[in-house]
Amino acid sequence: MLAKRIIPCLDVTAGRVVKGVSFVELRDAGDPVEIARRYDEQGADELTFLDITASSDDRGIIFRIIEQVASQVFIPLTVGGGVREVGDVRNLLNAGADKVSINTAAVLNPQLVADAAGRYGSQCIVVAIDAKQIAPNRWEVFTHGGRKATGLDVVEWAKKMQGLGAGEILLTSMDRDGQKNGFDLALTRAVTDALDIPVIASGGAGNLQHLADGVKLGGADAVLAASIFHFGEYTVQQAKQFMAQQGIEVRL
Amino acid sequence: MVDVAVVDYGMGNLHSVEQALRKVAPDAEIIVSDDAGVIANAGRVVFPGQGAMPDCMRELEARGLRNAVLEAARDKPFLGICIGLQMLFEHSAEGDVAGLGILRGEVVRFASNQHDAQGNKLKVPHMGWNQVHHGDHALWHDIDQDARFYFVHSYYVCPRDAALVQATSNYPQPFACAVARDNLFAVQFHPEKSQTAGLKLLQNFMQWNP
Repeated sequence: MLAKRIIPCLDVTAGRVVKGVSFVELRDAGDPVEIARRYDEQGADELTFLDITASSDDRGIIFRIIEQVASQVFIPLTVGGGVREVGDVRNLLNAGADKVSINTAAVLNPQLVADAAGRYGSQCIVVAIDAKQIAPNRWEVFTHGGRKATGLDVVEWAKKMQGLGAGEILLTSMDRDGQKNGFDLALTRAVTDALDIPVIASGGAGNLQHLADGVKLGGADAVLAASIFHFGEYTVQQAKQFMAQQGIEVRL
Repeated sequence: MVDVAVVDYGMGNLHSVEQALRKVAPDAEIIVSDDAGVIANAGRVVFPGQGAMPDCMRELEARGLRNAVLEAARDKPFLGICIGLQMLFEHSAEGDVAGLGILRGEVVRFASNQHDAQGNKLKVPHMGWNQVHHGDHALWHDIDQDARFYFVHSYYVCPRDAALVQATSNYPQPFACAVARDNLFAVQFHPEKSQTAGLKLLQNFMQWNP
């Protein structure tokens, strides 16, 4: 059967992988190409790169990183951060990305998702949603790296994105991101049950049980994590063995 | 004469296929080309495809590459990937479009609202690493039975002739994920994104003498 995926996430700025807590306080985690190679060797199912560079002057760096990774690592690569128009999608695909993740720009211009999916296919369009809980079982979409409230309901927004042609949803709980106290399972379950396309749970994984819970309790098709892998707490291989012991189908 | 031509008809990213072929055949001359002459002169042809099949068929026609692909499929070692598999068949339910008709059969969509043994909804597209149960064709040489390959697709092929099927995968029912006939081999998954097993299949293709 189809395996649940484990996706290490590399937040990249100024050519380095960094990791923050709840979208702030960045900590250096190393060279992106080297880290990508290590995760590939450990059996990562995909890799996600988020370009969190603030200044547009440094935008070229991510292209060089993706080109280098794509010539050495033969698993799917998703790249996001700063994608504003169809041309950005094209440039990232040409650099070697297999999927492009769209976040703020999807809110500012939902037609971008339809245009990009129409041109390059739904299989390569991921819509990233940053979600913050506002009431029991209600979450709001935030943009601009989590700084700006949109008034949009996460589940409704995810359904709209599916309708416009998104092939997958990368769902990040802002409340949990970097907190290492587990995914927001109610959020994950609410979105995955509402959709026909795959959902990646993100934000909050602090141990291997959290990853397993994201799949078993949250119903996620894939789990994304950064800090538990970056700082050597666990390898991807250990995560997969743990999940397999819990009866989850994984690629070992 | 180049060793391998990867057919470029403007549908998305061929970089991955090219990189993976370079990795397994560092000495081969590999060209990504939209030139019918180059394709006609290549020793081997890789026919990839992504996106929607109607767009792929339209772009293939618009670039005048239909005949080049039909010719290559007649006698060269030929590898179709993803939509490059689906386009070999007669018809696709995606956009109700005719394919190249090299192989007999239909391309149909996964049913929605199917569930796995745990009761979770099976998502469409079928995306991720699934097990491939294969026969003994030369392209499976040194690839483990039930090895996992990376898939991303919402439609799958139903060959009229069951003898063409060289591998199946389950989602949740078995579907054909590789077919072969003479010099043709085509897969639904992405060998260029399937790490060790995928690179091995590409290497086997580069050494294949049908």
